Amino acid sequence: MSPTDPLEPPRPADGVGAVGQGVPLLTVRGLRKTFGANEVLRSVDLTVGRGQVLALIGQSGSGKTTVLRCLNGLEVGDAGTIGIVGTEHAVSIDLAAAPSRAGLASLRDRSAMVFQHYNLFPHMTVLENVLEGPVVVQRRPVAEATAEALAMLERVGLADKRDAYPFELSGGQQQRVGIVRALALRPDLLLFDEPTSALDPELVGDVLALIKELADEGWTMVVVTHELHFAREVADEVAFVDGGVIVEHGPPEQVLRAPREERTRQFLHRLLRPF
Amino acid sequence: MPVTSGSTWDLLVEALGPVALGAVAGTIPLALVSFAVGLVIALGVALMRLSRRGWLSGLARAYVSVVRGTPLLVQLFVIFYGLPSVGILVDPWPSAVIAFSINVGGYAAEVIRAAILSVPKGQWEAAYMIGMSRRLALRRVILPQAARVSVPPLSNTFISLVKDTSLASLILVTELFRRAQEVAAFSQEFMAVYLEAAVVYWIICLGLSAVQSRLEKRLDRHVAH
Ligand SMILES: Nc1ncnc2c1ncn2[C@@H]1O[C@H](COP(=O)(O)OP(=O)(O)OP(=O)(O)O)[C@@H](O)[C@H]1O
Ligand SMILES: [Mg+2]
Repeated sequence: MSPTDPLEPPRPADGVGAVGQGVPLLTVRGLRKTFGANEVLRSVDLTVGRGQVLALIGQSGSGKTTVLRCLNGLEVGDAGTIGIVGTEHAVSIDLAAAPSRAGLASLRDRSAMVFQHYNLFPHMTVLENVLEGPVVVQRRPVAEATAEALAMLERVGLADKRDAYPFELSGGQQQRVGIVRALALRPDLLLFDEPTSALDPELVGDVLALIKELADEGWTMVVVTHELHFAREVADEVAFVDGGVIVEHGPPEQVLRAPREERTRQFLHRLLRPF
Repeated sequence: MPVTSGSTWDLLVEALGPVALGAVAGTIPLALVSFAVGLVIALGVALMRLSRRGWLSGLARAYVSVVRGTPLLVQLFVIFYGLPSVGILVDPWPSAVIAFSINVGGYAAEVIRAAILSVPKGQWEAAYMIGMSRRLALRRVILPQAARVSVPPLSNTFISLVKDTSLASLILVTELFRRAQEVAAFSQEFMAVYLEAAVVYWIICLGLSAVQSRLEKRLDRHVAH
């Protein structure tokens, strides 16, 4: 892959070290979030190495989406620290110390999110959706950003849809545009919130295959998913969320096949045998 | 104006000139200018109303409440006949534009506010996700979608406004209805002339409805049906 390939994940900052398990990119310590009296996240700790994929699993309402939203600054945690480190634009935020708006914005700048329901902009074409971030927000040169966007659309098989509106696309196509829109921001970290759970079953495969390709290319990701096969195949680490904490985490083989915690076992049992 | 012929039909043909002139030089520009100014007021008021600052949204709420809770005719009279008694003289035309703009501002603010609130939350989130500020998200993502939703109700507001401008005849603006009144008084053919005025209003509104449905189609082109 050439260094200018738009789909290539960002490289570590000079002198920070090589890509590998041992180099953390995302560190979360003691993340806490309450909604009124509802303590959704009690104390969440996460570490994701550069180029690693973390799968977050857990019951509905356990707070998986809330974790992602806190990482992207869509929600402001009440306490804890969030750091995206070892990159050109490292950020570290102490939420208990009432982080500044600029601090949260810089955290958001380093990550990009793919939504469960795509959330494409319906009044913009596919290409406009992708360019909105790089051109309107990041103010990068239009010609360069367009060339990059078209290359990415080509790559995901949507080059011929560049002028289509979202409603003209299938769910799978919309989600691939959602992924390209996220990549176009050139983030350090990709966040996926159940990226295939709104899709018809026959469309799930393509989207998961694309995410797997990105993982293989070395993108760092946190993926909330109920697709255990996918987690097993793609994730380097699986974390099970319950009761506002990470109950158990480890390699997929261990967490999914031989969970140490009773709660994990019950959850997997229900998921695999729902009736 | 001279009315020479004895037949009602001839009178109507002759009256069409001044009545149409009243529409073209009075009613239509009055409605257009007031609507344009009113929309600007409405957007400001709607955004104030959605502000997280309590005093701003309270102020906006009070404005809407006063405008909607008082008759348009009274608003017109306060500005044209009332203000001079505190030393502020406003000519008929500007008085009418001020009153109608304030009025449209109040009604359209609620339409725009509802339209902004109707845009799904996920659109705000996607806009923030790509790094937009609240202001940029509003301008690039939320308002274009809200605009589509508000076209039908705002068109109705405009059509009502066109008819309401007939009230300006009472503060001496020479628009369609004032012209009709002049012809009617001169000829004593009240029934015929006022019906003719009604028909002209109706034709204008039919035209506006046609424009409205074309506009709605255009704005709907990126939405599934
Ligand atoms: N903005 C909010 N205001 C109030 N409560 C919220 C808000 N967002 C989430 N919650 C609550 O937080 C809890 C966790 O929600 P969250 O969406 O993070 O769960 P989840 O693990 O993603 O669930 P699912 O698998 O159904 O998507 C739920 O009880 C939810 O009702
Ligand atoms: Mg969720």
